[in-house]
Amino acid sequence: MKVVVLAGGLSHEREVSLHSGRRVAQALKSAGLDVIESDVTATLVDTLKSIDDPVVFPTLHGGVGEDGGLQQALKLLGVPYVGSRPSVCRRAFNKAIAGPLVSEAGLTTPRSAVLPHDMFTELGAGHLVKALAEYIGFPMMVKPVRSGSSLGATRVDKLSELPQAMVGAFAYGDVNIVEEYVEGTEVAVSVLELDGQLQALPAVQIDPVSGFYDYTARYTAGETKFTTPADISDAAAQAVAELALSAHRILGLRDLSRTDAIIRPDGTPVFIEINSAPGMTETSLMPMAVEAAGLDFGEVCARLVKQAAARGRD
Amino acid sequence: MRSLFAVANRPEVVSLAGGMPNIEDLPRAALGEAAAKLIADHGTQALQYGSGQGEAFIRELTCEIMALEGVNANPDDVVMCAGSTQGLDILTRVFIDPGDVILTEAPTYVGALSTFAAYQAQIVHVEMDGDGISMAALDQALATVRAQGKTAKFLYTIPNFQNPSGITQTMERRRELVEFAEKEHLLILEDNPYGLLTIDGTPKPALRSLESDQIIYLGSFSKIFSPGVRLGWIVAPPAVREKLVLTQEAATLCPSVFSQFLVKTYFDTFDWRSQIVEFNDMYRARRDAMEDGLAKHMPEGMTWTHPAGGFFVWAQLPQGLDSQAMLPRAVTAKVAYVPGPAFYADGFGSRYMRLSYCFPTPERIFEGTRRLGDVIKAELAMRATFGLDALEDGQTSPEQAPLTGKDQHGQGPAPDIL
Repeated sequence: MKVVVLAGGLSHEREVSLHSGRRVAQALKSAGLDVIESDVTATLVDTLKSIDDPVVFPTLHGGVGEDGGLQQALKLLGVPYVGSRPSVCRRAFNKAIAGPLVSEAGLTTPRSAVLPHDMFTELGAGHLVKALAEYIGFPMMVKPVRSGSSLGATRVDKLSELPQAMVGAFAYGDVNIVEEYVEGTEVAVSVLELDGQLQALPAVQIDPVSGFYDYTARYTAGETKFTTPADISDAAAQAVAELALSAHRILGLRDLSRTDAIIRPDGTPVFIEINSAPGMTETSLMPMAVEAAGLDFGEVCARLVKQAAARGRD
Repeated sequence: MRSLFAVANRPEVVSLAGGMPNIEDLPRAALGEAAAKLIADHGTQALQYGSGQGEAFIRELTCEIMALEGVNANPDDVVMCAGSTQGLDILTRVFIDPGDVILTEAPTYVGALSTFAAYQAQIVHVEMDGDGISMAALDQALATVRAQGKTAKFLYTIPNFQNPSGITQTMERRRELVEFAEKEHLLILEDNPYGLLTIDGTPKPALRSLESDQIIYLGSFSKIFSPGVRLGWIVAPPAVREKLVLTQEAATLCPSVFSQFLVKTYFDTFDWRSQIVEFNDMYRARRDAMEDGLAKHMPEGMTWTHPAGGFFVWAQLPQGLDSQAMLPRAVTAKVAYVPGPAFYADGFGSRYMRLSYCFPTPERIFEGTRRLGDVIKAELAMRATFGLDALEDGQTSPEQAPLTGKDQHGQGPAPDIL
């Protein structure tokens, strides 16, 4: 068996992905596995075909790596891979789909509205912007529905800031989601699924120095204070762990996921989003949680690979 | 923002962002043989420590090269360094204490801004016009700095095909500038990496050719031979030079001796003057493709400079557009550029972008301008939809607010980005 760690891709998060891929590849090598690293290029299929018993560990963020495109291709090629099935990736990646699905299943989500840019063009932005302001209220978050690492996400405090925030988010894609801003403690809960057992890892609390967990805060050492386990009550920790496990189950994720949530002052965890390909960089949340759980990151990655190999083709 | 440049190295993306010279046409096979002979015949010297100032033979060579731009320098006044960027670093280390003022053109080279920031210098920008740095603005800036009780330690300027603007100082402006520097006892750091890459006409005499003691000159082998050898040089008056040599010894002991031998081998063995002519023919075709593409694909309200050499065009977007906010849209459309604020210490420049024509082929450059034109038109349409098309310059929105402090750091692409 040879593990092919995929990283890079053409998405806005290419650099993060390259860092994630390097980290995972080194971890797998330290666990004694035979590993190669590859970008998603025209030579990938030939590479996979030239290997006996390849298993892919995708560490692509954004774009085809997270929207199910890559997983669909691997399924067609009959190559086992770590992570969720194509259709599951698709619904998890799209905030406009994942949010309503978990909400319907009973999880608490922020009030939100999803609009493509065509709607603003066809109906006139003025009316819709005002309607958004009335429906969601301020402060609010404006985000592209298909993006990660907070790229294109802006907190909006007043009506006059909303048009610019919408344009900024539309630079990343054709559809935006506007959500109520949830006050509270920001946490991330990683979920591991090993040998059929779902396990929520300790919540990582996120306190960005700037107050907003944006791209710089995520990937610059020292820009964010991470606390693991989170400085929250046992009841809140239990509730947010349940939230992450539920979201993982409801959406049908496999192997691993990371749910981002905000715990309101009353202890209620609010689902913000879920990631089927969590970041694995030096400052990423899932590796911190793995360590906090007393697990070895390399061993966890190796077990995920062996599990995918045993599962075989989708 | 810098992270978005990561896609520029993908073949699908037309990168108009990087500043890497195209060294494809160097005689690599023959150079390889010459390098093998160098190691075999002179390895005990070439692979050994050397002089902190740089080897005498390479300092003599730099004088021969500078003579092409009218500079009459003495090899004793030359200090070799790991690219002119390291020269800039040791000069800044010697001259600058935290809070000291450095005058620079606005915009200016992002790498210089990073170096100056590392030594906690205060940058005061001076406007340019089509003839180079504005003398009236320089006069005013210097007066303002002095009125604040501060000393401008030096003016950093790139007279030829300035990075990022592509603007070249006229001879008249050069004379005015040197005269001004003499009168005001203002030290000038003349950074000249592109002078010999003159693609229209012949190279203009360097500022240093005007024989003023107020000028310290920075030269580089990166564009006329190879950036990978990391070899540049400083020409400075003796009193400064001695400090620079001590600083260089403290930093690196000595500049790469092997690189100095390799560069010397190249310049002795090959027809480097003809190679520069070939480089210029290649870059001219690329510059022309950029100009043709911009003329064909840019929307109304877009303007750009017309460089006669070097690597860069500086473009101004239609009113209201923000080059940083638009970059993700460009990346999605598989074209990359560097947003203007990278070239300012104060976060301004959001309406500008630097477009480089040094690396992609002419066909790719033309295609890149087509994609960029579509991106700008789509952004204009989006802003019109949201009623932002009437936003006046100077009105800021969250994305357009000037960057400060750490946000400003690392706005340009890394050196290995295409």
